Amino acid sequence: MNVAIIKYNAGNVQSVLYALQRLRIDAVITDDKKEINKADKVIFPGVGNAASAMKYLQKNNLDKLIVSLKQPVLGICLGLQLLCNHSEEGNTRCLGIFDTNVKKFKSDNHNFKIPQMGWNNIYNLKSSLFNGVKENSYVYYVHSYYAELSSQTVATTDYIIPYSAALQKNNFYGVQFHAEKSADAGAQIISNFLKLCS
Amino acid sequence: MLAKRIIPCLDINNGRTVKGINFINICDAGDPVELAMYYSQQGADELVFLDITATIEKRKTLVGLVKKIAANINIPFTVGGGITSVSNAYELLQNGADKISINSAAFKNPKLIKGMSDEFGSQCVVLAIDTKKEIDGNWYVYLNGGRIKTNTKTYEWAKQATKSGAGEILLTSMNNDGTKNGFAEDITSLLSNELKVPVIASGGAGTLQHFADVFIKANADAAIAASVFHYKEIEIPDLKKFLSEKKINVRL
Repeated sequence: MNVAIIKYNAGNVQSVLYALQRLRIDAVITDDKKEINKADKVIFPGVGNAASAMKYLQKNNLDKLIVSLKQPVLGICLGLQLLCNHSEEGNTRCLGIFDTNVKKFKSDNHNFKIPQMGWNNIYNLKSSLFNGVKENSYVYYVHSYYAELSSQTVATTDYIIPYSAALQKNNFYGVQFHAEKSADAGAQIISNFLKLCS
Repeated sequence: MLAKRIIPCLDINNGRTVKGINFINICDAGDPVELAMYYSQQGADELVFLDITATIEKRKTLVGLVKKIAANINIPFTVGGGITSVSNAYELLQNGADKISINSAAFKNPKLIKGMSDEFGSQCVVLAIDTKKEIDGNWYVYLNGGRIKTNTKTYEWAKQATKSGAGEILLTSMNNDGTKNGFAEDITSLLSNELKVPVIASGGAGTLQHFADVFIKANADAAIAASVFHYKEIEIPDLKKFLSEKKINVRL
């Protein structure tokens, strides 16, 4: 199986590669359009700033490429956010795959610190991405922005308010948590993604 | 619900895990990659690696170690010890570290915090503070592994650092560290209740109840321990079961 991890100006790419290696899958980190196009699976990771990431994608014509992909695509963290319509971070128009918007967490309560950092549970699991993953499993989050709930939400987490832990539309999947750092539950989700048919 | 985190800390010297008692009497406690894998299987929520004798020539050993840890464990980990520049941090993050902990270097050069948070995001920047309560009743910042006292109060420094972009505070009480008499609840509570970033309590864990106290009474977001885990005086599954019975939300 060919797995391409999209290379752009956002961090955390190495951790995704390691997570795949632990599942005995070799992947390439690439911004080569041909290579991304012919991959069986594409992972769109990211830790960083939505505005600067979108600018980078546009400058390198990766924005058009990503929305045209037909194989299963998995956005992780910022990757999920960039697949939404709009992000409050830098008032950024995003790729518009998922029909929802990205907002900043607002809290003046010291029990809800921002960023949300740590393990929280996912529920209302509604995608084959979560086969074998129990309701209320814990996954690892680090984020200040979240995607609002929508009809494409396939997993929910509560932090200040309920939000989209995962989204799915056609061949596009997104998880807000770091599946690559989410212990056994995360490994199961990545492994489920790799099993999806094109 | 966001879970309280249990974090084993591995002090690294020449590529091996060590643990000092009150910052002295260093003794060997095992291979860090083996320990890291063991702890992640046991249900540790994160790991912290502190290179306690970081020097330039040992930096390469640390980068190699970070790579090995990242390849073998599937939970987040923080690396600290002797990181003085954005480029130091970049190298460790590139090799798989999730967060970087900075301590004395940030105090001496507060621009480092802003530099790192602008470059990598504040979620990557863990400000470690070694603190000691003096006879005047105030908690002061200590530098260089607890060897140098400053006249800066811990709360003031923590507040300034979070404004500059520190995303988390790792607070080690030198009064409590190594004593196994419990965490420093007063200063942990002050920081946790006043700051908008998560606070990790460190120093003094001896019993299961100490963890419950630091979460409930001091509102810590996470708690670190080293020797009680390394010498198996406390096993993480037992600890989490205990906390869960006390209605503290932990990842089981």
